[in-house]
Amino acid sequence: MKTNDIILQTVAKVASLVIILFSIYIFFGGHYSPGGGFVGGLLASGAIVLLLLAYDLKTVANMLPVDYKLVVAAGLLISSATVSGALFFDAPLMTHAYQYFELPLLGHTSLHTAVLFDLGVYLVVIGITMTIIQTIGESE
Amino acid sequence: MEIVMAVVIGILFMSATYLMLSKSILRIIIGTGLLSHGAHLLILTMGGLKRGSVPLLGESAGPYVDPLPQALILTAIVISFGVTSLFLVVAYRTYQELGTDNMDKLRGKESNE
Amino acid sequence: MEFREVEYMSSLHWAILSPFFIACFIPLVYKQFHRVHTGWFVLFLPIVLFIYFTGFIHEVGDGRHLSASLGWIPSLGINFDVYADGLSLLFSLLITGIGALVILYSIYYLDKDKEKLHTFYVYLLLFMGSMLGLVLSDNLIVLYMFWEFTSLSSFLLIGYWYHRERSRYGAQKSLLITVLGGLSMLGGFVLLSFMGDTYSIRELMGQTGELATDPLFTASLLLILLGAFTKSAQFPFHIWLPDAMEAPTPVSAYLHSATMVKAGIYLVARLSPVFAESSLWFWLIASAGILTLVWGSYSAVKQTDLKAILAYSTISQLGMIMSLLGAGAAALHYESMDKNIYMAATVAAVFHLINHATFKGSLFMAAGIVDHETGTRDIRKLGGLMNFMPITFTITIIGAFSMAGLPPFNGFLSKEMFFTSMVRVTEMEIFNMETWGVLFPVLAWVGSIFTFVYSMIIVLKTFTGKFKPEKLEKKPHEAPLGMLIPPVILASLVIIFGFFPNLLASTVIEPAVAAIQPGLSQKQFQIHISHWHGFTIELYMTLGVILLGSLLYITWDKWKCVYHIIPGRLSLNRMYDALLAGMERGSIGVTKLFMTGYIRTYLVYIFLFFIVSLGITLWREDAFAFDVGNTAPVRLYEVIISVIIATSAIVILFAKSRLTSIIILGAIGYMVSLFFVLFRAPDLALTQLVIETISVALFLLCFYHLPKLSSRKEERVAFRLNNALISIGVGVIVALIALSSHSNKLFESISNYYIENAYEEAGGKNIVNVILVDFRGLDTMFEITVLGIAALGIFALIKLRLARGTLKDENE
Repeated sequence: MKTNDIILQTVAKVASLVIILFSIYIFFGGHYSPGGGFVGGLLASGAIVLLLLAYDLKTVANMLPVDYKLVVAAGLLISSATVSGALFFDAPLMTHAYQYFELPLLGHTSLHTAVLFDLGVYLVVIGITMTIIQTIGESE
Repeated sequence: MEIVMAVVIGILFMSATYLMLSKSILRIIIGTGLLSHGAHLLILTMGGLKRGSVPLLGESAGPYVDPLPQALILTAIVISFGVTSLFLVVAYRTYQELGTDNMDKLRGKESNE
Repeated sequence: MEFREVEYMSSLHWAILSPFFIACFIPLVYKQFHRVHTGWFVLFLPIVLFIYFTGFIHEVGDGRHLSASLGWIPSLGINFDVYADGLSLLFSLLITGIGALVILYSIYYLDKDKEKLHTFYVYLLLFMGSMLGLVLSDNLIVLYMFWEFTSLSSFLLIGYWYHRERSRYGAQKSLLITVLGGLSMLGGFVLLSFMGDTYSIRELMGQTGELATDPLFTASLLLILLGAFTKSAQFPFHIWLPDAMEAPTPVSAYLHSATMVKAGIYLVARLSPVFAESSLWFWLIASAGILTLVWGSYSAVKQTDLKAILAYSTISQLGMIMSLLGAGAAALHYESMDKNIYMAATVAAVFHLINHATFKGSLFMAAGIVDHETGTRDIRKLGGLMNFMPITFTITIIGAFSMAGLPPFNGFLSKEMFFTSMVRVTEMEIFNMETWGVLFPVLAWVGSIFTFVYSMIIVLKTFTGKFKPEKLEKKPHEAPLGMLIPPVILASLVIIFGFFPNLLASTVIEPAVAAIQPGLSQKQFQIHISHWHGFTIELYMTLGVILLGSLLYITWDKWKCVYHIIPGRLSLNRMYDALLAGMERGSIGVTKLFMTGYIRTYLVYIFLFFIVSLGITLWREDAFAFDVGNTAPVRLYEVIISVIIATSAIVILFAKSRLTSIIILGAIGYMVSLFFVLFRAPDLALTQLVIETISVALFLLCFYHLPKLSSRKEERVAFRLNNALISIGVGVIVALIALSSHSNKLFESISNYYIENAYEEAGGKNIVNVILVDFRGLDTMFEITVLGIAALGIFALIKLRLARGTLKDENE
């Protein structure tokens, strides 16, 4: 990579932040509008890939010191815990529960255990995409 | 529209098959990518096209298009991404170890049986 | 089928499963307490179990039985049902009793510093548990499962010294033969359950009459008998047993003489009430048994290895028990008789089963001692050991004389009863016995003569004659005390049962016989075993055996040439080897025919199959009646996108550089996501768009390093033409399927359920997302698992190489 990518690097910094925010929005909105864990996770990893294009692998690794394999594991853990959590309430596997709450700032909100499951998906998708790209990148 | 789609899907499958039968490992991988595009469109077409509105409750009065094929495809897209990346890495490592991407030369040895 | 409630684990269940639990801890114990022989920790289990089973003797003797049920797969009628009656209890006592002695013996036999004791005892416990499960389960499928477990543990134990080629050969042979039988037995069980609509043995016994008229009856009988015969080493399936002698001697004594090989006998006895109506049952079992008896004893005489003699003698003794069970089956046809004389055959079978376990166990252990203390088992090298090993000599004499059928040992009693039964077979008025019956006592007598001869060989060639110290590896001396205790216990039992046979009669034998022949109530018979019957034909037969046997032993050198009459290449072992080699060659040949090693060949198979099978199906189902109406309207930009996709798909075939192909692939992906937008699938469009971006980045990342596309000039015209034909075929078929699926809706879509319930049940409005995370959440769960595995695979593919690379650097 050449070093004089200032425009790209500056734009990438801002844009990736925006993309990640958007991915979080799209992730939470998944139950009502298009979006969800898959798209959200992919968008977030897209943002990191953008950073990778602008900078090099090491810089990005310094910016986001995360072991993505652990992210995969954490995601799988959250999802499977949500899935099997229903067993403790004497309900079949995968049963979700939801309720409407009046929360400060957010107003009338629905809280849903499916979001937890989707959070697992979100993390797994980020984790595997970045694991793949990072390991391939490192091997060069 | 379904008839046009059938032709497009047929062409996608055809060239995917042709690519997968060739000798270069990269062409095989590209072939699998095309194949999954074809399969996604096939599933969507089977469910019927444009028979209603976007499957978001409350956005319109309905009827909605069949949401099930969409859910299936969404899963398939992500899985095919995983498969493609695994293939890519296998190809990449094969080339690094053996110095060829020609499938004829990558044939297993007799003694391995 | 009957559905049982899921019930608690009974103590019988625990007894069966306890060896498996203990086995889990053996490796740990072995590591932690390496200085103490692991066997001491294992020993307590069979002792406890033996005492536990002894506690049932009284209860079962009164005609009661224990049973308990534990649900396993109740919907298929497969439950872990245990059932202990006289027969099961007898076997359980044998398994645990002999098991305890064998483990004690093994502590001295296996050196704790040289052998991998933990694997040995894990296998042994695995065997003990599965054998207990086999004899105690009432469900045929559970029985089958334990049956195969015993085969498996036997395989592992025979191959315990796996560095020896003979061990591996023997282990493989035993596994192939017994598993072949086991599989056919499973087939028989399934047929049986079809007929009786249950897997429970007790319930099957209740419908004997109806079963016998079923057309599947004979098939199931044959299949089950194949299983029993292979396991119990009946002619001609006996060939695996001599090779199984490569196992350590405690194993031979335990599995291959006292317990496992009797599983076949157990099965025959257990299923006798179900099958005994059939004349085929009688004929097959009685004749296979008697043939095995003669052939086994005849072959034993020519062996030179002590354990090989014992192996063939085990085969012949198993044949004897089998033939007795066959003769006993006749009892069912004489229910009206006051005192059923054929009943005695079953009594003899059960009694001999116990006797054989005692004397053969002690003989095996004695042979093991000889091997252990002199370094050889070859009787040509042995001789004159009497003075060095007086105790072993005594044990061997007791065991061998009992085996030969000499008084006052227990073998004499059961041999007499055997002769009685065989003589009475000639008096049968059923099964055409008037013409063929006379063969049975004659063959039984011939077999017994050879039995006498090889029994003498074991004693006399080993312990008397000239001492040949120069041929022995070690200086012979008596074994340590602990090694002598188990055979001494067994030998004393031989004597005790010889003098006081009625100790067993009412406690163990009667309930067992009652279990084999449930039609006769227990009150109807009283077993009394006595030594002296007067000058009967049996006594003359025994005298004849002793006279002729001694004569044959003395003139052995003159007649041993008879063993060369059958040339070696016609022997069963050679046939087995040839068959195995032929099958290997055949399968390699067949495999090579279509497994070329080229991925292209396999793809061609897949695609051709795809074209042919789908084409035929479409044609047969008359799916070509296309309905071109009712299609969605075509808009201009849809046409444009279609044209772009179609052109790109064709152009990509002719792309010269890899960058072009990757970009075209990306373009197609973006066009597909546009399609998703047009076809009202916003989620798909979003996902496809992002994933296409990342994929392209990934492709570029990987192929930055790859070479140019292979020059396609190598591909000949015929090659390309073939590919083109196949791919056009695939394309046409898929297009037809797309059209046909549009025109022929075979059933209503299930999506309405999701649409209607998405908000009420799952509280979501985006139906696609609700399906993914809620209705079909398990799919998604597995999907992300698959993705995780793929990521790990990629990680391993790249990182493992780096690890090896660093290793190389270190070496340099």
